[in-house]
Amino acid sequence: MTIFEAILLTVITASTPLVIAALGELVTERSGVLNLGVEGMMIMGAVAAFAGAQIFGSAYVGILCGILGGAIFSLLFAFLTLTLVANQVATGLALTLLGLGASGMIGESYVSIPGIRLGAIAIPLLSDIPVLGPVLFRQDLIFYLSIALVLGVNWFLFRSRAGLKLRAIGDSHSSAHALGIKVIRTRYLAVMFGGACSGLAGAQLSLVYTPQWVENMSAGRGWITLALVVFASWRPWRVFAGGYLFGAVTILQLHAQAFGLGIPSQFLSMLPYAATIVVLVIISHNRRTTLINTPASLGKAFVPER
Amino acid sequence: MTLSEDALAVPLLSVRGLTKLFGSFAACSQIDLDIAPGEIHALLGENGAGKSTLVKMLFGVLQPSAGQILWNGQSVAIGSPGEARTLGVGMVFQHFSLFEALTVGENIALSLDPKISLAQISDEAASLSKAYGLPLDPKAHVADLSVGERQRIEIVRALLQNPKLIILDEPTSVLTPQEADRLFETLFKLRDEGRSVLYISHRLEEVRRICTRATVLRHGKVTGACDPRQETPASLARMMVGADIAEVHRDNIPAGEVRLEIKDLSVPSRTPFGVSLKDISMRVCAGEVLAIAGVAGNGQGELFDALSGEHTVPQADAIRIRGRGVGQTGINGRRLLGAGFVPEERHGHGAVTGMPLSDNLLLARSQSDRKAFLAGGLFSVIRHGAVRTAARRVCQVMDVRKSGDDPAAGALSGGNLQKFIVGRELDRQPALLIVNQPTWGVDAGAASRIRQALIDLAKAGSAVVVISQDLDEIFEVATNIAVISEGRLSDPYPAGTLTLEHVGLLMGGIHDKHSQPEATHAH
Repeated sequence: MTIFEAILLTVITASTPLVIAALGELVTERSGVLNLGVEGMMIMGAVAAFAGAQIFGSAYVGILCGILGGAIFSLLFAFLTLTLVANQVATGLALTLLGLGASGMIGESYVSIPGIRLGAIAIPLLSDIPVLGPVLFRQDLIFYLSIALVLGVNWFLFRSRAGLKLRAIGDSHSSAHALGIKVIRTRYLAVMFGGACSGLAGAQLSLVYTPQWVENMSAGRGWITLALVVFASWRPWRVFAGGYLFGAVTILQLHAQAFGLGIPSQFLSMLPYAATIVVLVIISHNRRTTLINTPASLGKAFVPER
Repeated sequence: MTLSEDALAVPLLSVRGLTKLFGSFAACSQIDLDIAPGEIHALLGENGAGKSTLVKMLFGVLQPSAGQILWNGQSVAIGSPGEARTLGVGMVFQHFSLFEALTVGENIALSLDPKISLAQISDEAASLSKAYGLPLDPKAHVADLSVGERQRIEIVRALLQNPKLIILDEPTSVLTPQEADRLFETLFKLRDEGRSVLYISHRLEEVRRICTRATVLRHGKVTGACDPRQETPASLARMMVGADIAEVHRDNIPAGEVRLEIKDLSVPSRTPFGVSLKDISMRVCAGEVLAIAGVAGNGQGELFDALSGEHTVPQADAIRIRGRGVGQTGINGRRLLGAGFVPEERHGHGAVTGMPLSDNLLLARSQSDRKAFLAGGLFSVIRHGAVRTAARRVCQVMDVRKSGDDPAAGALSGGNLQKFIVGRELDRQPALLIVNQPTWGVDAGAASRIRQALIDLAKAGSAVVVISQDLDEIFEVATNIAVISEGRLSDPYPAGTLTLEHVGLLMGGIHDKHSQPEATHAH
């Protein structure tokens, strides 16, 4: 394996969790719900995946546990904000704090236990292509899932009738209600989809990225996904591009630090954030398209008239 | 009697004793209503009379507290808008239930059977809109469309479901007279096909023109059922309001010195969906009421912002108040020159709803009437006594009905709060008053009080600018009328030389000088 292939592989590993969690949050926000608890759901997914893999001795069961962990945890958010109409911003922040604390407690006995790494699946024929083969087609299941998610979310939002309804709710929940669309039910599902995606992203962290359990191992990635969704103006392909841009610059600056280019390391660590923001701001300079893609009822509570 | 005759006698929709309670407040109480097949039936009433509540129950958005709905003589429960549509009820809302971020085709698709493809829906919508004379482009984004076009989407959307009853909630309040005429033709076509129309309005002339039966609501109760063609507007108004409405009196007075002068004012739009103001020029003299007519969303809000100083403009001399260039001056600076402003939005813009009336009065006038309301020089201590007295005076002069001495602004009804906000400015005897939509969503009694106050102010020697969508109001108060369309302002015309049709043409953006009456300068 060449150094080039190795770098590409690490870029993919660093970018995959961002793309998955951001796609989940994108669907949640397109339905008009702002869930700031991505960080909390991600870390809950990470600890659930690690524990599941340990208990059942299988990384695949771990993935399932991670997805379920994130989805169930997000259900708490959905109940508080959609049924009890609590403030979405405050509840989301609380979800993050709760997730970080609870995962630390749950994972206490797993600290410094060697983890189970999710194995790679080589796709016949395609994996023999030079350079691209080993990088793209000798990957783990979660990477394949992330690509399927980009295609799937894009199709769902812009081609399916259910996705149209979801976007309609995000644009104006009262109009959607007047048309007989089930606002609360759709939002529950959207929030849980976001939770499941965050959980899957967390599973990638504790099964692929660094196959072990470390407290706070999500390390702020949840917050980055939130920014990605906004700067990508709620569009799946831009989220994908933004996620990979961030992942690539993160890895490259690590290599630059190792080479010792004489640039202060603090400046290099800043680069991924700066580069992602600059690029996404430039591609979203068209205010009209941004406005059309922004869910107008984002973060607003919906209480149906009775 | 044959069977078919019997069937004809059965109304399409009957409502018996329908009641809706919100807590202990009855928004609708014991409503009876019959709509025959193939008739255009008017539902008349003032704001807050319960029309919208009744219609929401018929469309399944709200559930009645008591009473019965009969469809073709069968008792039905309408649990959701979806059930209403399956029954054959179509609805065109007053505040459009459209999604701005979606295309026309997507908006229509949302209310239809999910099995039909988007392409098929676009085709059907295109052929329907052609058949009923309602041109539409299925691929356009709603955000880019005019209000009239948006209404067409709603109508086409309702028609695609092949409804037997179509409910229209205040459909003409956003249309020019010509657009309204086109809508009426569509309605006649629907009636001739045997469909029924429930037409909700408070515009009496229009109801007398197109409806054969009317039901009048007041305070949630039916106060009359009649044939509107046999009634006079005055008799209909009496049924609606329950008392005669004071007529507004206006005498012309010679114009005095120029109080407001605008020269070549251009302001680019601040938002993608806003309107840019283009080369606006006008002058308003003491004793004059200049009314600016126009369909909503043609730059009225932007013009008001520029005139009031809410958004300043770079050229100081583009706007002159009493000869002083004020383009870069903020609201308080303009107030100090003797100007007063009443914005369109009462809640949150004209008044802070959570604060008592006296505080609201102080917030608006703390700079311009500093000496009266603040003491202690730099310390700016509020003189509560003086502020309360002023608030009480405003309430008395404008006949503001309220509970308690100094209630929160939000506790007042729309009409009373609007009277207070207008009165707050009038109390200063402003040399120039600029009002945006003075009686929007206000009941007829309060509206006539406000209009009379504006006329009296001009008579006392002030200059008044009224921006309004309501043509009746404009003809009632104006000495001169100008029309704003797509950010351009027409020349002003003396009110006496214009007819409704002329104003309608101008509102539609037709600025052909030859087809217009002579402008003021020609006299």
